Amino acid sequence: MAELTYREAVGEAIAQEMRRDTNVVFLGEDVAAAGGVFKTTTGLLDEFGPDRVKDTPISEQAIIGAAMGASMTGLRPIAEIMFSDFFAVCWDLVANQIAKTRYMTDGQCSFPLVLRSANGGGSRFGAQHSQSVENWAMAIPGLKVVAPSTAADVKGLLAASVRDPDPVMFFEQKSLYAVKGEVPEGEHVEPLGVATILRPGTDVTIAALAAMVPRALKAAETLQEEHGVSAEVVDVRCLVPLDTRTILESVSRTGRFMTVEENPRLCGWGAELASIVAEELFWDLDGPIVRVTTPHIPLPSADALEDAVLPSPQRIVENVKRLVD
Amino acid sequence: MSNEPLEGIGLVSADLSDTSGDIAYIDTETRLRLYRKMYECRVLEQRAYDLFMQNLVKGTSHLALGQEAVAAGFGIAMRHDDYTFCTYRGHNHTYVRGVSMSAILGELMGRECGLLRGKGGSMHLTSVEHGAMGSYAIIGAHLPVAAGAAWSAQYRGTQQVAVCFFGDGTTNIGAFHEALNFAVIWKLPVVFVCENNLYMEYTPIEAVTAVKNPAADRAAAYGLEPILIDGNDVDVVYETAGAALSRARKGDGPSLIEAQTYRHGGHSRADPGKYRPDEELKAWLARDPIPMYRERLVSLGIDEEALEAIESESDTAIDAATEEARNSPPPPVDIAHIDVWADGSASWRN
Repeated sequence: MAELTYREAVGEAIAQEMRRDTNVVFLGEDVAAAGGVFKTTTGLLDEFGPDRVKDTPISEQAIIGAAMGASMTGLRPIAEIMFSDFFAVCWDLVANQIAKTRYMTDGQCSFPLVLRSANGGGSRFGAQHSQSVENWAMAIPGLKVVAPSTAADVKGLLAASVRDPDPVMFFEQKSLYAVKGEVPEGEHVEPLGVATILRPGTDVTIAALAAMVPRALKAAETLQEEHGVSAEVVDVRCLVPLDTRTILESVSRTGRFMTVEENPRLCGWGAELASIVAEELFWDLDGPIVRVTTPHIPLPSADALEDAVLPSPQRIVENVKRLVD
Repeated sequence: MSNEPLEGIGLVSADLSDTSGDIAYIDTETRLRLYRKMYECRVLEQRAYDLFMQNLVKGTSHLALGQEAVAAGFGIAMRHDDYTFCTYRGHNHTYVRGVSMSAILGELMGRECGLLRGKGGSMHLTSVEHGAMGSYAIIGAHLPVAAGAAWSAQYRGTQQVAVCFFGDGTTNIGAFHEALNFAVIWKLPVVFVCENNLYMEYTPIEAVTAVKNPAADRAAAYGLEPILIDGNDVDVVYETAGAALSRARKGDGPSLIEAQTYRHGGHSRADPGKYRPDEELKAWLARDPIPMYRERLVSLGIDEEALEAIESESDTAIDAATEEARNSPPPPVDIAHIDVWADGSASWRN
């Protein structure tokens, strides 16, 4: 094991895959010479050279289009969109072209590509550089959706995303970039579509994603220490494919279910999970399903405001208490 | 490059003397192939129209009747492993790469024999085995995708070229600008072909565009030579295609070609095209690329019997293809639930 930041794990995963497969290429704005605005890809240009690690103009449609065209003709591109909010300017390429073309062509084409992006709030960047948009991607048939919460998962899940034969939206939570964690040395690949139980518990199942995972874990600790409530925390890790089996199995034991989502309220990923649990485990539930989300607002910039609206450990604790009381 | 307008039409023609394309001169065999492809495209599109009228083609369709010279000229000039990216007006571009008439008609009719077994429809004809990498129905989307395929060819060192066809309306969408700039800075082997048929959909392109020639006048913005050609003259298209393909193959980067042409019908099935002035329509119908080329071939001494044979073979082929498509059953319903993912499934959960 090596101790790496979440940020360093991004570069480590890309390097691991580029060493393994010369068809893996990487492009994006300021990613090569500058090493990325979040410094996630420092050193890749030096190791792999300008034919494989490429700076692009500020042209998100060209970036995504190039990745699509390259992936359907033999390469395995990794494309970076600097902030996930910017997917809005190239969403046609993502949602109409990449996602649909395999199906529309009766399976003639595959798109083994990864679209990486810095996602989510907590960095005081304001509403156009902070939104959690993983639920946008989840709503599109044909896209796999991954959002890791730890440095180890960044490495393992990003490597798996590069190897996957389908398009993967890989959301890196930008407020986690500086967080350190133990990361397996050498080749590390984690299968997509597997949720993990990070803390076992008996009273409630809390499903969380990305930056909400450490908050859910913190809340679970408080619940245990201060309120004697045993919360099981599930890191969903991938929204598509979705490991419903792990979540349903957990809820069938605890009888209570809560989601903690950073995306705005309406049609957040937790709504889909809530509907699945309600439909398939209704008679095992001991109470209503509760969703803790960012309110249905654009994110404000000031730290006092942003902290007040993102789901906090305290809000999670309060909601669990209401559920179990 | 000459900018002298052709009489009565306002066209300009390309002077290709300064290019050194794949083709020094066009031999008779090639000319017959060009004629055959154009003629086949014509009967295919005409039949597609007839099948709409019989309500055997549902949804919509965008015909390229009148624009056959662009498809045929490029189709014959391209290498078998080059890539075609085209728009929803893409039946001809797909056909000229070698796809069968019955697969195209079958797709339009939603039959099992359809090229995509009814999962794509008229606007999404694709045949990867023929290098037809897709028909794209959102304006502009496929320009960056074609650039990406060209990047892949460049990286893999295959000397393949991506050819990307689009309409005049596409020059006003952002993806056009992004793709052109991107292709030039990476010196990609891609040929962008704007088929300027004078109408974006229902609106004249000149009414909504800042420059007279929507693609050619913008070439300079990307450091490219303006190339404006008579898109109804298949010889000109063929030679221009050869020059641009050769340039791309040699590693000299992209080209942007504006081929002036005319859509004989409306924008889509729903549009009779009544907004076009009679005089304009008449002038362009007189420049129909097929009879025009036939006349030239005869004047060059090509035996009319050879041309008649092409015509009757094509007529027979389209009838046979129509019968095949009509007799094909609807696709099995279960294919609606496959091939979202590369493993063939549509599964999103365990």
